[in-house]
Parts: sequence; C-alpha cells; structure tokens
Amino acid sequence: MAAITVDDGFCKGCGLCVDACPAHIIELDRSRITAKGYHPARLIDASKCTGCCSCALMCPDVAIEVMR
Amino acid sequence: MSQEKVLMKGNEAMAEAAIRAGCRFFFGYPITPQTEVAAYMAKRMPKEGGTYLQAESEIAAINMVYGASSAGARVMTSSSSPGVSLKGEGVSYMAGADLPGVIVNVQRGGPGLGGIQPSQSDYWQATRAMGHGDFQVLVFAPSTVQEMADLAYLAFEKADEYRMPAMILSDGMLGQMMEPVVLPERVEQLPEKPWATTGHKGERKHNIVDSLYLTADELERLNIERFERYETVKAREQRAETFMCEDAEIVLVSFGATARIAHSAVVRARAEGIKAGLLRPITLWPFPVDAIEGCMGCAKAFLSVEMNMGQMVDDVRLAVNGRVPVEFFGRTGGIIPTPDEVLDAIRKLAGKGGE
Amino acid sequence: MAEQKQGEGRVVFSRPKSLLPVVTNYCPGCPHGIVHRLVAEVIDELDIEGRTVGVAPVGCAVTAPDFFGCDMIEAAHGRAPAVATGVKRVLPDNVVFAYQGDGDLASIGMAETVHAATRGEHITVIFINNAIYGMTGGQMAPTSLPNQVTQTSPYGRDVSTAGYPVRVCELLSSLDGPAYLERVTVDTPKHVRQAKRAIKKAFQNQIDGIGYSMVEVVSTCPTNWGLTPQDSFAWMRENMLPYYPLGVYRDVVADGFADAAQAAAARNADCPVAHPEKRAEGKEGAR
Repeated sequence: MAAITVDDGFCKGCGLCVDACPAHIIELDRSRITAKGYHPARLIDASKCTGCCSCALMCPDVAIEVMR
Repeated sequence: MSQEKVLMKGNEAMAEAAIRAGCRFFFGYPITPQTEVAAYMAKRMPKEGGTYLQAESEIAAINMVYGASSAGARVMTSSSSPGVSLKGEGVSYMAGADLPGVIVNVQRGGPGLGGIQPSQSDYWQATRAMGHGDFQVLVFAPSTVQEMADLAYLAFEKADEYRMPAMILSDGMLGQMMEPVVLPERVEQLPEKPWATTGHKGERKHNIVDSLYLTADELERLNIERFERYETVKAREQRAETFMCEDAEIVLVSFGATARIAHSAVVRARAEGIKAGLLRPITLWPFPVDAIEGCMGCAKAFLSVEMNMGQMVDDVRLAVNGRVPVEFFGRTGGIIPTPDEVLDAIRKLAGKGGE
Repeated sequence: MAEQKQGEGRVVFSRPKSLLPVVTNYCPGCPHGIVHRLVAEVIDELDIEGRTVGVAPVGCAVTAPDFFGCDMIEAAHGRAPAVATGVKRVLPDNVVFAYQGDGDLASIGMAETVHAATRGEHITVIFINNAIYGMTGGQMAPTSLPNQVTQTSPYGRDVSTAGYPVRVCELLSSLDGPAYLERVTVDTPKHVRQAKRAIKKAFQNQIDGIGYSMVEVVSTCPTNWGLTPQDSFAWMRENMLPYYPLGVYRDVVADGFADAAQAAAARNADCPVAHPEKRAEGKEGAR
C-alpha cells in the first residue's frame, strides 16, 4: 500500500499537489496552520494512493515523501 | 637568485613577473596603452599551461577573475582607465567576497574616453572608490620597469595573504618604457585556500563565495572585521622610498613615473641650495603616512607632484594634518610635467617657506 | 496495519541529498523550487555533488547558495556565465553550472550569456524564464510578453516603445558554440519529468565534453502576476508557450555530431580560413 507524508515544516500550502493528484485524495487542511502560516497539504484517503509521485513531482518545496 | 638583466617593456615585465608569481589565468580586453600585457599573456600562457582568454568586455573579464579566484587560482586582469571603470563592479564584489586577485591599471588621461597619453588621474578611483561599498584594495605604484615586475609579484602574494584585490596603478609611460630588469624567481609553492569553491569531494561542508548579507547586523559585523584587517594592512604594508629627506625642508611627494621627474627636480634644487627631498609612495593604499611623519621634523612645506589635477595631495594633507603647508603641482590630460616646471614650483615654495 | 507491512517504508520519492534540508525563500507555488529539486536530483544521480560548483544569479534565486549542497558562488547581476567561465577554466574536471533568471540572463547579462555560448564554454546553464522581475517586485523583463502588464509596463508592454521579448533558445541557436539548447516547462508531472531529462542531458553533456548546454524553463511568478499558482500555469500555457514554444533548439549529438566543435565545423565548412586542411587539399588538386 502506498502513502505520502507531508512535512509541515516545508509545505507552503500552494496546492499544486492537490491539482496534480490523479486520485483527488490530497487537500489543504483548513483546520491547521503551519508555523509559517500556511494550511498544509494532507492525504485524505490513503487507500486510494497509488504512490504515483505526481504530487511530489509538482511540489516546489520537496515537502512530500512518497512510500510504496 | 639569478641576476641576469633583460631589456623589457614595462607592460611585458609586469606580465612575465605575474607568470613567475604563479598566475596562470589572465582575462582581458584590448585597450591602449595596456594592450602589450594582453598580447604578452596570449603568447606566454599557452606555453605555461595557463589560460589567456579575451573576454567580451572588461566587465566579463573581471567576473572571470572573480570565478577563477573563487576556484583558488592566482589570476589577473589588466586594462586602462576607461576599462578599469567597467571593472569597478567586479572589484567591489571581490572585496565583498574576500577574494584575492590582481587588477592592473595602465592609466591614461580622462575623464570619459579622454586620451591615450600617460596620466595618474585614477588615484582617487584606486584609493577611494574602486566600486560601491565600504572597501579598499591594495594599490601598488611602480616607478620603474623593475618595479613593474617586483610589485606585480608582490601584489599576488599580498592579495592572497590578506584575501583582498590588489591593484598595480601604472601609467602609459611606464607601460611603454623599456629598461633593464631582473625578473623574479618562479614561486615554488602557492598558499592553500581552504575557502575556495573547488568541489567539496565529500570531505567538507560546501564552501560559498558570496557578498550578500541580508541581515544588517551581519553585514555590519563583516564590514567591521574587514576594516580590522585593513588596519593590519595599514600597520604592516606601507611602502615608500625617500631621497634626501633627512634634512629636507621642502618635501616633494610623488609616485610612479612622475616621481622620476620629481627626483631630477630635487637634485637640481639641491644644486641651487634649496633643501628639497622626495618621498615616493610605493603603496598608495595603504598610504605611507609613517614616511610622511618621518619628514615632519625638518619639513616646512610639502609639494605633491602628480599627473592629474591634484588627487594624492588629499592624502598628503590628511597625513600632515595642517601642521605645515601642502601645495600641489601637476599637469594632466596626458601632459608629462618637465623637471623645469617642477623646479619652478619648488623655488616658489622655497620663497614662501622662507618668509 | 498488517496489509501495510509489505513495502511500507520503501521510500520512492524523497528530498535529493544535494538539496539541503532548508526552507527556501521562494513564494508558495514558485517553480524555482521544482527546478532546484530537479537540478539536485540530477547531481545525485550523476554522483557529482563533490565536484560540482554552482553559480547563482541576482534575482529570486540569489539565495540558492544556501540551498544546494555543492560548492556555490554568488555572482553579480548577469555575470554568472563569466564567473562560471572563470571557474571552469581553472577546474576543467569539475562540473560547473549557472542558474539564472530572465532579467539576469537575457537583459543585464546578455553579453555574458551570448559570449559564453559562442565560446562553447563547457558549462551548464539553467535558465528560468517567467517573463518578469520577481525579486524587485514585478517589473518588465526582457521576456515579458507584448501587452503584459507589469509594474513598469502598467498599461501593458508597448512594443512600439519597449520593443519585443527575447527568445533566448532561438537566439543562441544561431551560434556555433552551443551543443544543446532545449526549452521545457514544469506545469505538469509529465513536463517535470521531461524537464528533468533535459537538465540531466545538459549536465551529462558537460561531463562528456560535448559543449555548452542550456535548458530554458518556461516558468511562472504567481506573486507578481497576481494569480494563484494554478492560474499562473494556466496563463503561462495560454500566453507564454505560444511565444516560447517548447522543444529542442539545438542538439549536436542528435544531429549526428560528436560534439559542438564538430557541428560547428560542418556549419562553417565553406569558409576557407576556418578549414586550412581543405585548402591544402585544394592546392594539391590544382597542381
């Protein structure tokens, strides 16, 4: 089973990963604010993650690690 | 040490001395009256396994110097006044990044395109404002072809020692003049440069060559540290030659080619019974204030003789600090003063000094 | 958790080693970060971090020396190709790259760019073209499009007074020096992969001694364009890509040459002075 982890220390909440995800299972977490003041990205349905890396490829801040 | 004398042009002796000082990289752009330096390097560098590269501009040349110096090499560029102005940007960056390197200015008359005859009108530029920001460069002022060689050699050593740019402030007369010269021995070992960006090879943290400090506190601290280093340079590196200054009442201060004329005038003044002497700064920065101080016992007046409208005279006045009069005599625009003219200036001052 | 055991922990995507774990100063959604990562991935894959020297520009990437793990130099505005030339001439066995924006590379540094290219310097240049000066707050760039509104073209770039944008790949492709020129973008995962292949080739060319290589990355500036990162990519696709078409503008290896020098010789084959060997043959024949 695949999964991603988002490092809140790096995520700037730009949302490019949200758009890139073909399974539409990433969103910006409006309930949290990072130390730098951003809503970080989070995986909302790990069961659908294929580990395709599209999100990580688009992340300008290398905040996403992908496991498969 | 070999004492074999060879007859060489000043520009060529300087270039050969640079090679013997371990300089293997030269980046330049043609401009009269320094082009012999580039031509000599173009001929010699390939034979020394070095690089001569004709840059697209003086700006590119000084930035190639910046890169080569970052990579740890002994490197040089040369130009004449208008071209040196273009190099100002790069020299400021070198100073800000604590990079050594040698910049030659074979001065010609200015401002603007000016002329191609000898001049010393870039004194202020060299000692005050080689670029923007708080910084100094070492400035050496040769007066003979022998010194063109010796000071070029020394400039590389001192630039590395203090991690700062060094300038040879020459002029069209010295550059074109031929004299016998004893060339320096080849340098045996170059200093280690652990700060250089040569690739970390996995053996150290990455090195960064940079002059950007966005935190005001940090930038101020670095500038203060750099100026502390400048104080060391001022204490150790002042160089000057004195001639008949022991009892001189009228002390001529003159550098470079002009000092040779001032020397003749002093000899003739002495023949007329005027107690004249010559103080010849060899380093213009640091300015030889200690040598000026050494003349204060007898000096009743100073006369700064220059090929410009009066630039070094400022430094003489600062050193003398109002204790005795400091006058100026100079010709500019490419006119070389004659010994007669200088002698007249001495006579006038002697009259004044006797009042 | 049981079903996750198999394969869990096998990280298939993570931060490249030569990109230091530092939060960049780039705005959210700025493609600089993507390109930085691609450069670092290439440095890691080619295992050259220890012998790489990078030269940073003036512009938003001015702080790049803090982000890359290799040795780094900060150049004056536009002078990165000259600085990289100096480094490469001293250290020919090292890998030297310049990373520059459009104002740096195509405006104030155009002379350095063109001449490093025509000399065929064995360096790799990464060029970020986002049609604006980002660092200083959104002024007109040499690559700003006709009618593009910026802080210094508030009524839109008027080509009758401000002239036309510079197409850098096309311009440099007229020279004999370059070995490889490609224009890419990073707006989709597919394009990011293509961009990485181009960047890798630009580094590999240097290692193989093939010649000057530049990759132009058509990019965005969400902050100064006043658009979201997503809308910025949409605007870029709609307006920039027609003006700056993606593709390979020069690839001497693909053209069947060993390196840039061989390709240049073929290009100027009819020039007698450039080919003394042919003149010698001709004289022999005349006898």
